[in-house]
Amino acid sequence: MSVLPYLVAGWIFLVGVYGLATSRHLVHAVGCLAVAQSSTYVLLLAVGYRRGATAPVFSDIPPGTTVVDPVVQALALTDVVVGATVTALLLALVVQTRKRHGTVDPDELSGLKG
Amino acid sequence: MTRRARLWVLAAGLLGTAALFAAACLRMPPFGGTWHPYGDRAVAAAIAQRTANTVSSVNFDQRALDTLGEESILFAAVLGTVVLLRRTPDERRVAPQPASVPPALRRYAITVLPLALLIGLYVVAHGQLSPGGGFQGGVVVATALHLLYIGVDHRALERVRPVGLYELADGVGEGAYVVLGAAGLLAGSAYLANTLPHGTFNTLASGGTVPLLNAAVGMEVASAVVVLLARFLAQALEIVDEKTVDEKEEKEKE
Amino acid sequence: MDRLLPLIVAVPLLGAAVLVGAGRRMPRLAAETVACACAAASTALACAALARATTVVSWAGGWRPRHGVSGGIVLVGDRIGLGLAALASVLVLAVLAYSWRYFEEPPRGHSGAFPALVLLFQAGMCGFALTGDLFDAFVFFELMGVCGYALTGYHVEESRPVQGALAFGFVNSLGSYATLMGIALLYARTGELGMAAIGRQLDAAPERDALVAAAFVLVMTGLLVKAAAVPFHFWLPDAHAVAPTPVCLVLSGVMVETGVYGVARVHTTVFGGPGGIPAAGTRRVLVVLGVVSAVTGAVMCWQQRHIKRLLAFSTVGHTGLFLVGVGLLTDEGLSGTCLYVLGHAGAKAALFACTGILLARLGSVDEHELHGRGRDIRGIGLLFALGGLALAGLPPFGTGLGKAVVEEGSAWLPALFGLVSALTGGAALRVAARVFLGTGERGREEEPETAGGEEEPETAGGEEEPETGRRIRLAPPPMVSVAVALLAGALAVGTVPALAEATYAASSAFLDHAGYAATVLGGRAGGGQPGHAAAAHGGAWWTWTGAALGLLSAALAVVLAAAAVVGLVPSRGWSAPLRRLHSGHIGDYVAWTTAGIGLLSLLTLW
Repeated sequence: MSVLPYLVAGWIFLVGVYGLATSRHLVHAVGCLAVAQSSTYVLLLAVGYRRGATAPVFSDIPPGTTVVDPVVQALALTDVVVGATVTALLLALVVQTRKRHGTVDPDELSGLKG
Repeated sequence: MTRRARLWVLAAGLLGTAALFAAACLRMPPFGGTWHPYGDRAVAAAIAQRTANTVSSVNFDQRALDTLGEESILFAAVLGTVVLLRRTPDERRVAPQPASVPPALRRYAITVLPLALLIGLYVVAHGQLSPGGGFQGGVVVATALHLLYIGVDHRALERVRPVGLYELADGVGEGAYVVLGAAGLLAGSAYLANTLPHGTFNTLASGGTVPLLNAAVGMEVASAVVVLLARFLAQALEIVDEKTVDEKEEKEKE
Repeated sequence: MDRLLPLIVAVPLLGAAVLVGAGRRMPRLAAETVACACAAASTALACAALARATTVVSWAGGWRPRHGVSGGIVLVGDRIGLGLAALASVLVLAVLAYSWRYFEEPPRGHSGAFPALVLLFQAGMCGFALTGDLFDAFVFFELMGVCGYALTGYHVEESRPVQGALAFGFVNSLGSYATLMGIALLYARTGELGMAAIGRQLDAAPERDALVAAAFVLVMTGLLVKAAAVPFHFWLPDAHAVAPTPVCLVLSGVMVETGVYGVARVHTTVFGGPGGIPAAGTRRVLVVLGVVSAVTGAVMCWQQRHIKRLLAFSTVGHTGLFLVGVGLLTDEGLSGTCLYVLGHAGAKAALFACTGILLARLGSVDEHELHGRGRDIRGIGLLFALGGLALAGLPPFGTGLGKAVVEEGSAWLPALFGLVSALTGGAALRVAARVFLGTGERGREEEPETAGGEEEPETAGGEEEPETGRRIRLAPPPMVSVAVALLAGALAVGTVPALAEATYAASSAFLDHAGYAATVLGGRAGGGQPGHAAAAHGGAWWTWTGAALGLLSAALAVVLAAAAVVGLVPSRGWSAPLRRLHSGHIGDYVAWTTAGIGLLSLLTLW
């Protein structure tokens, strides 16, 4: 069972990608991208987990206590910010897509081909 | 491509990716293991720098350059949103109509607002001590302000939210991080070096530059989120097509 | 200088902060001046660092390694990284000069928004080029991406830019998340994030297993998406065709190439040792993808009538060639690619600059619609044709030198390089002949129906709005001088022996897996003194064969262009299936990206 958390992360990534590729609504597609991204949080935090350890904050525990890896938590924080900003930017583009194309269905966007 | 063809391509890709990733997982170190060399180094360094919250020490001291990039991503995304959601020549701005709000909701929002604001500022200020910091606290501060929109209306929000001022604060927050980094250079050390006295462990004035960088980030994040939401709100409430306005006016005339 | 290295990234960030903070009160002239000053300062810093003989290593925050390990982030200014940062900065300067009062009306109250985004873009590219930390590279990669999406969608009042920016955003974000998964796998195995540190850990207990392979594939996915390698390339023509022309200068000239740089950097520092991916595997991956990209890009380029899209596909083709050059994993291959990238940046950016003038003056970028309408700006036509010849590899352009150096690597390379150069250069020459000379037929007005009765997939370029707001009568001096300067740069790359010599020395230092780790973690001076390695080898310089092959491909380009203009080239029906794949559908693109991950796994593990 020791690989289950890693497999879960991979599963989330694949589910997100599947949703993204088959989406019929751009807002839904943005959501799917966020799902795919959340797999990276799961993977990072799973990699940094240490059995029986606590949060790496020493304001209420004595130094020397076993803690989980703080580096992956910092990375996950960065990752969250990246995800939020990309989502905001893509949603702004979706708003404009709705106005200029009159649709949010990727099947009906046909301005660029060939 | 037809939908069917796309599904075939996708299925092949997903299967390949799944096989690869599963094979990799089987070779991963077991979940919950004790071997974390970088993590152990980061904890030791955080304590040496008298920063109780190790995650903040990693973010704002040991890997502060990452956070500069991260803050800049947010900064760029907000700027990008401002550009993308601008009012185009064929659009007009109308004043949003006031809407009625259930009294219970209004009472709740007005009570919670100052509390949320305070918690947000607390989270920013205690980033070096307890979970939280500039990013988390900044978001809380920004959303707290928007309780006004939920509890009262858009006009009330606009009164406490002069967007120009928040844009200034956005730039100042980003600039302050860059300049604080350069202060390390001026002090004779490296860029983004933690050159201030580290203070006493587990007090508000510990961690050297960590609280200052946290404050800069908090300011940037709070203003950035305010500006971001202002743009989306303006799109939802204020900006309309010229055509829609004309149609409305005609209806009113009739 | 060591300590000042981070300023190459920080100065543009500060400039952007000033522009946004003071945006409402700042007159446009002041905003554009501040932007140019910051970009120039960063360029000067990069050039000053380049002038030093050794690699510049700078640990941010002063977290130098102790006993070979560190908790900090390192910026590594070796010749190639610094060279890329300098190239990006120079192109950003060119963009800022080119777009001096270019846009009709900046967003109200945000006169500094466009230059600020360009500066942030510059910071992202420089940070990516200099960082020696894998996660930090991901952060700057995302910064580049975010600025790229926003700049691509800049013209929100039109419909196509938002669609192109969406495709760009979705595919690139997905790729970068794949990269992050790969980084997490490497962290799980090695417990490190620095490229040199990961490489050392992998070598310490060499286990070439599925975990390392998966990490390689996932990390490479994001970089190859940025490098627009087939089948990850679909976003590129969509984004480049719709982005404001000044932005295309940077996107095509250097951003795509940073992807190739990332591939080379990560391969050598992380996976290049005994614990990484066998050289044969990497070579197979890069050469196969490179060849497919080169051919696809060249064929698609030839079929376009939308000039910006045509140039975008030529970028796909040339990036394919860069991947092949890097994939040879030899000093010659890499140094040739570096020269090629430099020459290509000048030539491609100059071509985009000329296209921008066409758009500003005539309100179209459609080859058929513009037929003969550029007769009175023959000067621009001459520049465009020279750019086309440079793409075709005409000596002594830098593109020709780079092509000649890489081609020596293997017997089959001249055929591939010649074909791609001739097709892409020929397409540009065809445009020049039709638009500026008015030769040949005006082109089809009505789309001929293919046998199946389906409409031919095609993006025309007719109904574009001039980005200057109103049409201009005379090309403004900054626009023309930028185009001339860029072409002159492309010419200089192929005519200054010292540059080629330095590039050769830098390349052999770049490919030194153990040397990089020793320089970064052990503080050993490194960086390949020019003259040292080059003297032993004779450097990478023009040979008679190389020059002859360059002349041949340029001549072939001229023949192809002439044949197309007089109508001797067979109809486009045969390429319809390939063109139909470029459907503009985000779902398709994501499916192909996923399939690309599968393909990469197959090629890596074979």
